[in-house]
Amino acid sequence: MTSADLEIILPEIVLALYAMGALLIGVYTRQDGMARTLTMLTALVMVAVAFWVGVSPDAGLGVSNMIVKDGFSRFAQVTILLSAATVLVLSTDWMERYGLLRFEYPLIVTLAVIGMMIMVSSGNLLTLYMGLELQSLAMYVLAALRRDSVRSTEAGLKYFVLGALSSGLLLYGISLTYGYAGSTEFGAIILVALAGDLSLGLLFGLVFILAGLAFKISAAPFHMWTPDVYEGAPTPITTLMATAPKVAAMAMFARVTHDAFGQAVNDWQQIVAVLSVVSMFLGSIAAIGQRDIKRLMAYSSIAHMGFALMGLTAGTVAGVQAMLLYMAIYVVMNLGVFAFVLSMTRDGREATDIASLNKLSARRPGQALALLVLMFSLAGIPPFIGFFAKLYVLQAAVGAGLVWLAVLGVVATVIGAFYYIRIVYLMYFGEADAPLDDGMAPAQGIVLAGCAIIMVVGVVNLFGLEGVAAAAAATLIR
Amino acid sequence: MDNLLSIITFIPLIAATILALFLRGDDEAAQRNAKWLALAATGFTFLVSLFLLSGFDPQDTGFQFVEEREWLLGLNYKMGVDGISILFVMLTTFLMPLVVASCWTVTTRVKDYMVALLVLETLMIGVFCALDLILFYLFFEAGLIPMFLIIGIWGGANRIYAAFKFFLYTLLGSVLMLVAMVAMYVDAGTTDIPTLLAHDFPFATLTVLGVSIPGGFQTLLWLAFFASFAVKMPMWPVHTWLPDAHVQAPTAGSVVLAAILLKMGGYGFLRFSLPMFPAGSELLGPLVLWLSVIAIIYTSLVAMVQSDMKKLIAYSSVAHMGFVTMGIFAANQQGVDGAIFQMISHGFISGALFLCVGVIYDRMHTREIDAYGGLVNRMPAYAAVFMLFTLANVGLPGTSGFVGEFLTLMGVFQVNTLVGVLACTGVILSAGYALWLYRRVVFGDLIKESLRSIKDMTAREKAIFAPLIFFTILLGVYPSLVTDIIGPSVANLVDGYAVATADIEFGPTLADAAH
Repeated sequence: MTSADLEIILPEIVLALYAMGALLIGVYTRQDGMARTLTMLTALVMVAVAFWVGVSPDAGLGVSNMIVKDGFSRFAQVTILLSAATVLVLSTDWMERYGLLRFEYPLIVTLAVIGMMIMVSSGNLLTLYMGLELQSLAMYVLAALRRDSVRSTEAGLKYFVLGALSSGLLLYGISLTYGYAGSTEFGAIILVALAGDLSLGLLFGLVFILAGLAFKISAAPFHMWTPDVYEGAPTPITTLMATAPKVAAMAMFARVTHDAFGQAVNDWQQIVAVLSVVSMFLGSIAAIGQRDIKRLMAYSSIAHMGFALMGLTAGTVAGVQAMLLYMAIYVVMNLGVFAFVLSMTRDGREATDIASLNKLSARRPGQALALLVLMFSLAGIPPFIGFFAKLYVLQAAVGAGLVWLAVLGVVATVIGAFYYIRIVYLMYFGEADAPLDDGMAPAQGIVLAGCAIIMVVGVVNLFGLEGVAAAAAATLIR
Repeated sequence: MDNLLSIITFIPLIAATILALFLRGDDEAAQRNAKWLALAATGFTFLVSLFLLSGFDPQDTGFQFVEEREWLLGLNYKMGVDGISILFVMLTTFLMPLVVASCWTVTTRVKDYMVALLVLETLMIGVFCALDLILFYLFFEAGLIPMFLIIGIWGGANRIYAAFKFFLYTLLGSVLMLVAMVAMYVDAGTTDIPTLLAHDFPFATLTVLGVSIPGGFQTLLWLAFFASFAVKMPMWPVHTWLPDAHVQAPTAGSVVLAAILLKMGGYGFLRFSLPMFPAGSELLGPLVLWLSVIAIIYTSLVAMVQSDMKKLIAYSSVAHMGFVTMGIFAANQQGVDGAIFQMISHGFISGALFLCVGVIYDRMHTREIDAYGGLVNRMPAYAAVFMLFTLANVGLPGTSGFVGEFLTLMGVFQVNTLVGVLACTGVILSAGYALWLYRRVVFGDLIKESLRSIKDMTAREKAIFAPLIFFTILLGVYPSLVTDIIGPSVANLVDGYAVATADIEFGPTLADAAH
């Protein structure tokens, strides 16, 4: 291991050292009283690392071609770090209220984040798997964090069992790929794929890998765990699940399809297209019947993943760029919505049924307006930037000749618009019954307002995000 | 002023922001301030837009007052008006102060109401000024949000159903247009409307899923745009959202919907379908003519049997919009002139009719025709105003309604005599339902106990109607005011269309389909 190798993975190492050091201190002092400080400190560290990763140059492959630090991985890492930091800041009040704010919490999140960072920067199927498992194991623990709650434990268990199944599929695919390509390195697989059509064994490997990855991004038909786990997990964990791991898994998906199998677009395009269409329609239709906002957001995320996959289906630089932009905007929208969901209580207890949003605009006009903006943005209605995210994906799809996919996508959008505007309807035209408690923690209010403002201001100026995404996408495609 | 159009477009939005951020409280004083600020903002916008009209050169058929700036994602923020769009901008800025004035009696959530109306005004003006496809789509689609809220919050008893139907129906129509726009961008490499107007989209026959499509790419694009504009217009058979939305919307919402929002469909046909996809228009134009004539006759008959005043006027709007689509797809000077004229005139007349309903609805809180009768005895001024607009709606010579209908009929007669003849029956039918409505509401003896104490129009209401009356008659006796402005641009459009379609051959399959 040379110093250049070290430099490539230094951000991950620093984060890991921080996590372990803080864990030791926590264990020896046994003070949960410092948990709040530690959470904030962790968020700060993540923001600092994000800044560091953001400004550091592209370093290319390193650590025996196991890790790749290019524009693409840096874009994904910065998004992951910033969203995880935001989740930490958002969650302290909630965790404190329900007695879950222990010092382990921010540290497990940090470990999950390290896993995600490795996922998006892996140059080898084995590093990919390692990162994925580190992320997953941390997330299983987090989902079951509320030990005294049956729902939370159930969510953790369900997540674990299905997650293990998907890891098995992935690993099986990796072993097949290794068997037929002779290597687990992306750079070597692409050479085999380059030589001609994929052999049947390699195709099988690809299918299993894609199925395993589809589990992680909760694309239908591998989505079954999502609503239950979203609902059962403590709300801050749901927030985390809906944001950072989705970006990581989607980036990993792009890396495998465009890097390792980048020369075999025709072989995986149909698979991804089907995943995309099924996810969009299932997410849009199944969300209509939901009465719990966490479940509703779960189906909403399935639909959004379908849309992001549409960008990948194109198999072009424009497609990857569209996917990156889409994920960045998606994360902001979700953080905003969950900032509000975290504040939903009735008589001091958590209330996540959407009926409790009734007449919100009369009692909390500002928050209702912010949520209205976010909902229309999620639905993809202009002038909010959720629309531009969709527009960009559509452009990539039509540019690649996938007009039928674009048409199906917009039809699904209309179906999906129904449940988003139903929330607006409840807030603005609903009849009051069992109102929510007033009040919102300052952090939640700031994030909610900030995300809503980004939805509007982004229309005037995206602050160079599209340029960064374009550069990131260009580094992925060889 | 280089950016006059942006100023006109965004004054209402700025006022809305000020209103939303700085006006506190919901007492009577705050409500009054909100109304006055909204009235001042819309009035000021109208005054500024007069500069636009005075600086406009009708002889120049290109875009004027053009402004262009870089925007995000490689798009351009580009605005401009030509002879086709400028009068729609004027119509919007002219009507909005009257709309604001018409909701002076509203007391629930006044501030939000004014904010919604002001935001809506910005979006409506933007639609008519946008010279970039995506910018156009943004304004076009974003208008759904304030309208959804206006119907949903301040609407009638069944407002939630109407609001959802309005939103989803029009959204479904529009998203296909979005895909078509993206396809146009991929084909032409730009979203700039003037460039796209000069771009020739391919029209070689395509085969999709084994079905041979004459006119190919252009036909598909035309159909996608048609899906959006036909719903917005609305054309038979996709008009069913309109009666629901109109009936449930508050008076101001109905006026905006009928007078301005419906015109976006017609404007879209003129801006996109006809000049950009001449092959598609040539191929499917006859279909539109027949759909229009069905709309005129069918919805007129439906209007006759309505028991709800607003619903009756809503169906009458659909019928009158039938004349518009008919004129547009006649694709000759008279037809298109007439279509634009009809849209402007319908803006005044339908707006006024909905205001007329609003006047008595405010007093009696019912729109049932049976609840009225003999109003002339207590409300002579109202009866006179209502009479004028009823006759204008029928198309009495001397009112603006006549000019539009006559020109479109003349235009379509040259293209398809049978359609022209059948459409003429619409004029008779409109006399039937409009005069019958008038007789049942206004004439007769005042026998209803509840109407004994009804008051005539107030000074405020008279002031709202005065400018509408003025323009309805002025345009009726001096239509050149409008045709001089739109004429050269329309001639340019029609000539370009004739040239583009002159050498199009669809092959034998098409000739069979057309006959």
